[in-house]
Amino acid sequence: MSVWWIMLACGVVTFAIRLSFIAAEGKMTFPSWFRTLLPFVPVAALTALVIPELLMPQGTLWLSLNNSRLVAGLIAIAIAVQTRSVLWTLVGGFAALALLNGSIAP
Amino acid sequence: MTGEDSAFQEFRAGLIALAPLLVGVIPFGMIYGALALANGLSPAAALAMSTILFAGSAQFLFCQLLGVGAPAMVIVAEVGLLNLRHALYSAALAPRIVHLPCRWKLALAYLLTDEAFAAISQREAVGEAGPQRHWFYLGAGLALWTGWQLSTAAGVVLGARLPAHWPLDFALPLTFIAIVAPLIRSRAMVGTAAVSGMVALLAAGLPFKLGLLAAALTGMAAGWWLAETRR
Repeated sequence: MSVWWIMLACGVVTFAIRLSFIAAEGKMTFPSWFRTLLPFVPVAALTALVIPELLMPQGTLWLSLNNSRLVAGLIAIAIAVQTRSVLWTLVGGFAALALLNGSIAP
Repeated sequence: MTGEDSAFQEFRAGLIALAPLLVGVIPFGMIYGALALANGLSPAAALAMSTILFAGSAQFLFCQLLGVGAPAMVIVAEVGLLNLRHALYSAALAPRIVHLPCRWKLALAYLLTDEAFAAISQREAVGEAGPQRHWFYLGAGLALWTGWQLSTAAGVVLGARLPAHWPLDFALPLTFIAIVAPLIRSRAMVGTAAVSGMVALLAAGLPFKLGLLAAALTGMAAGWWLAETRR
């Protein structure tokens, strides 16, 4: 299938999700279990993306202080909790990775 | 104050509220543009995706999955699951715009992103919104949309000139850390993150990042179960 069709399908699905509650408001109700589930969706989906990037930078588990992506990621988590700023988390995480890769083998 | 004046003021307030968030969005958009080309998308397709999908993290995921040759169904399913979090924002916005005409609802739904929702939440935490508040939503949404299109275009143009050894892909986990870390403040959220992270590691061997699907679903289930058993 052409990449354009995949893109269009992803766009339709994403727009449908964004429109879901806005369109349904006052016309139909969603089951309460679904509303209970909603707050956990961002954390579940995004954590699943982040953890392997930090702990498996080369495809296998690498639990070591020599793993610069893991250490820089932990520093970024601390910054994110403290500042709640995407910008400072990006700046701090990249700076930490650059410093660590400069001082230890990448 | 006439309705027209306050509509304009709300619109301008929306633009201004979103401006600081652009400082983080612009490098993210540039990195996306470069990543799209590196994974075999044409410049036209890379730019079109920013309009069609208009979701930074999903666009990253799309490029990565395309790069590893994932089937179309897998790409659509994983992008859908990643963007399911927008249903949460849709639910929050719905009662405030229920009175608006259909074209407004379609426009505001299209412009609903992590960043626009963050700007709206901050505004509404401070004071009561007036009858023209939908103009604020439109201003914030359009500011982000414009910033995203321009920065992805810059990434597409500069893409090949960015040095290959720069670890630009690290922007992806860093951006998600910035969104997620502040949300993990309850027992159920800790459980969600722990289960999702563990399953992601255990299922990392599955093809086409299907471990991502398994991890997200089990993480959601864990959070839901912890929230339900607390009652």
